[in-house]
Amino acid sequence: MAWDRNQMAARAAQELQDGMYVNLGIGIPTLVANYIPEGVQVTLQSENGMLGIGPFPTENEVDADLINAGKQTVTELAHTAYFDSAESFAMIRGGKINMAILGAMEVAENGDIANWMIPGKLVKGMGGAMDLVAGVKRVIVVMDHTNKAGESKLLKSCTLPLTAQGVVKRIITNLGVLDVVEGGLKIIETAEGVTEDEIRAATEAAIVN
Amino acid sequence: MKKVYGSANEALDGLLFDGMTIAAGGFGLCGIPELLIDAIRAAGTKDITIASNNCGVDDFGLGVLLKTRQIKKMMSSYVGENGEFMRQYLSGELELEFNPQGTLAERMRAGGAGIAGFYTRTGVGTVIADGKEHKEFGGETFILERGIFADLSIVKAWKADTTGNAIFRKTARNFNPPAAKCGKVCVLEVEEIVEPGTLDPDNIHLPGIYVNRLIQGQHEKRIEQRTVRTA
Repeated sequence: MAWDRNQMAARAAQELQDGMYVNLGIGIPTLVANYIPEGVQVTLQSENGMLGIGPFPTENEVDADLINAGKQTVTELAHTAYFDSAESFAMIRGGKINMAILGAMEVAENGDIANWMIPGKLVKGMGGAMDLVAGVKRVIVVMDHTNKAGESKLLKSCTLPLTAQGVVKRIITNLGVLDVVEGGLKIIETAEGVTEDEIRAATEAAIVN
Repeated sequence: MKKVYGSANEALDGLLFDGMTIAAGGFGLCGIPELLIDAIRAAGTKDITIASNNCGVDDFGLGVLLKTRQIKKMMSSYVGENGEFMRQYLSGELELEFNPQGTLAERMRAGGAGIAGFYTRTGVGTVIADGKEHKEFGGETFILERGIFADLSIVKAWKADTTGNAIFRKTARNFNPPAAKCGKVCVLEVEEIVEPGTLDPDNIHLPGIYVNRLIQGQHEKRIEQRTVRTA
């Protein structure tokens, strides 16, 4: 039994510590906000210019001027602050954001990450991902362990255009938690019912003990 | 000093020419200068290079200028919500210069501040760094990015006084201040023009020195991803 999307998000939320300023990417990382541990106060940053993201609005609260980086309508909190995009990335580039939790297409055993482009196919762009992974102190990837074809997304080296080199510190997949260490990836935790051998079998990257 | 104009058409009079570079504010469809974009569509200006984080959607925002083939090149960070954009780009009709979002914002800010270039870690070791100067500072590698100097800035704020002092609302501020500052001429559209003295001088987000022309109008303010919870 591997973790589902919500279980992966819940596991990622355990990385959060009281007082942190955190940027959550689109997809499963967004769900992390639902699992912030009791007694831990984190301030979520949205790179379009907001610190202190509140929950989705009720129908009456919907405001076209208030969205997150995924362009979803959100609300503000008592401690919310707004600013422009240059200021937003100044705090990212300046290392003020403690942690970024984001998705990826591929992660390599040296911490390289590819999550923005499939040549000739999908043109979306890197958005703020390159700035975030280059500027944030601790980068955690949450993604499925394998792609739809069943191939490992944890590779010896990335095949897709990189988002950044050597920045990923920890990877949370549906099978478990792995850290980027000297020589490869180290299994930190297995999902309930998943064995280390199963993780090894599903991983192309070198696994070190 | 007359900054207030009667319409988007009038405010853009004499400013548009084929092959020009325009910096536009907005993030997704939030805080976009929708009135000025529509006036540029009506003017039919061609071969435009646009620096903007996104390119609207197929039938709204900058997407309408794609449909009319008025855009030659986009400098953007994310264009995932636009089918026509992908079609024109993959078929080679549209030039695209991807910029990391923070690099794009800082390139605009730098241009507006008269700064020709700056070094950043963002993009090192990626295709973004190809052909750019690399330099070591304190043992870390940075790449040189250049300030953006546009012919025209088109931006949207919430309110402005008649001298152009402007305030924004919530996350509709986004790229508007940096985009406003990097153009030779800046045209601002707002929801409401007020008399000087109405806005708190301590809380001006964009001082009027950056604003050359100003219009007021009705905004559709379309929402891209309406997400709600039950009360």
